[in-house]
Amino acid sequence: MKKSGIKWHVVVFLAPAVLVYTAIMIFPLFNTLRLALYTEVDQVRQFAGLDNFRTLFGDAHWSGQFWNALGNNFWFFFVHMIVQNPIGIALAAILSHPRLRFAALYRTAIFVPTILSFVIVGFAWKLILSPIWGITPDMLKAVGLKWLYAPYLGKEEYALTTLALISVWQFVGIPMMLIYAALLTIPEEVLEAGEVDGITGFSAFWKIKLPLILPSIGIISILTFVGNFNAFDLIYTTQGALAGPAFSTDILGTFMYRTFFGFQLQLGDPHMGSAIASGMFGIILVGVCIYLFGIQTRLRRYQF
Amino acid sequence: MSKARHNPLNSFAAHAALIAYTLIALFPVFVILINSFKTRKAIFRDPLALPDGDSFTMIGYQTVMKQGDFFLYFQNSMIVTVATLFFVLLFGAMAAFALAEYRFKGNMLMGLYLALGIMIPIRIGTVAILEMMVSTGLVNSLWALILVYTAQGLPLAVFILSEFMRQVSDDLKNAGRIDGLSEYTIFFRLVLPLVRPAMATVAVFNMIPIWNDLWFPLILAPAEETKTLTLGSQVFIGQFVTDWNAVLSALSMAILPVMILYVIFSRQLIRGITSGAVK
Repeated sequence: MKKSGIKWHVVVFLAPAVLVYTAIMIFPLFNTLRLALYTEVDQVRQFAGLDNFRTLFGDAHWSGQFWNALGNNFWFFFVHMIVQNPIGIALAAILSHPRLRFAALYRTAIFVPTILSFVIVGFAWKLILSPIWGITPDMLKAVGLKWLYAPYLGKEEYALTTLALISVWQFVGIPMMLIYAALLTIPEEVLEAGEVDGITGFSAFWKIKLPLILPSIGIISILTFVGNFNAFDLIYTTQGALAGPAFSTDILGTFMYRTFFGFQLQLGDPHMGSAIASGMFGIILVGVCIYLFGIQTRLRRYQF
Repeated sequence: MSKARHNPLNSFAAHAALIAYTLIALFPVFVILINSFKTRKAIFRDPLALPDGDSFTMIGYQTVMKQGDFFLYFQNSMIVTVATLFFVLLFGAMAAFALAEYRFKGNMLMGLYLALGIMIPIRIGTVAILEMMVSTGLVNSLWALILVYTAQGLPLAVFILSEFMRQVSDDLKNAGRIDGLSEYTIFFRLVLPLVRPAMATVAVFNMIPIWNDLWFPLILAPAEETKTLTLGSQVFIGQFVTDWNAVLSALSMAILPVMILYVIFSRQLIRGITSGAVK
């Protein structure tokens, strides 16, 4: 290497990744935030300041849709947090027993839904829950719970929760795996020390293992948060861009898609779409910051 | 819970719970697969029965083969996934090597800059990405998808690979330098082969989301000749909603390639997750 000021090989190594990443990810991200400040008048792009945001939050029609989508999105996230994580942790706790047989088999099988696409998952569940096919009502009847059945995806009051549960069904493999990995790193001595002090079984899980896997639960929560707040595919596949019935399953992703591309009589509007995308960006940023500065720094990590 | 290892009753309970959940996880896939081989009548009469001599039919698959261009969709998905993985691994490993190996001004900052993309989803920038692809004429081409997925995959790839590259012994690299190898030769000949397991992990992590993505194919490449398998099945099923045989067969055909990939790579995937690559 020549002793010039710049180490050219470093530049060569970094350049492709940095160029692609900057051009396709970072630049469009900021460009989208910028586009949110523009509007189109007679097919000419014009600077409009914060007008789009004023419309989004001020206009009753727009703000109604926005708050509806945001509220639905929070419910979607909430269902994930209270159903997906406990099931994931429970499965991981059972799987992590050192002498459990067929553990690899269970792990592989339970992870299967996670690798399927939303299209497969969405349609499969739509068919299974469908009142036309009748699998669900028949199965409920067999266990004497026929009264529980309703066309879940077609009822405003159940549709969103049903979709959230389908999504939980699909992704429970991820918390299970991450928690499983965290549980495996707990050294046997720690558990034995607990046993000597009479802490075994369930209380060993609550008092020793759970505090040690809190950082992993934190990571899962933020991954779920980011994933949920840019979710789109499942709702689009099962309910279409209109997120029916009556927008009851509309979340920010479908709202942005509809605004950006238009539907039925409404024309697509890239600038309003950008404004919604900016809103999503803000929400995700706030969530990530809360995690990084508020939660992660307070969780103690133990190194063994 | 740790009593399970001494107590057969608890062990039984553990297996019961796991079997129950495994059934829940596999049931929908099972129902779709068995019904795709049944006649329409049998699908409705007895959805949970296996196909037998009377009810067996391939009519759904024949419709799918005639109507949808599933081989083309499959080929598109394959091209996009393989090309993306190639670029993510090559560019990601190069950048990771630069960050892990050399001390230069702004090393930390560059690392943080590249790590931003781990948490911020690329979908937020869709409006501007579409505009860029339209103005460069890349819209409705597989390149649009390859570029977007490469950009999306790079941050995590750089993060994971640089962790692993820090563990490669300095002595080895310095021995290479004394022998007069260039930095490029050191990277390609000495370091890359040593981080192959980490590369495999990165590949498997990237593969599934790319293969399954619906958003970008829908927005950037919805043309018939560039449809991916995921988008193709979505559109096909949307059109054939009332033809249950065709819908169930299309779903089964969409499940098949992913399942094959999963069976081949599941050990790698699970090892990757459990080895703490994403911590």
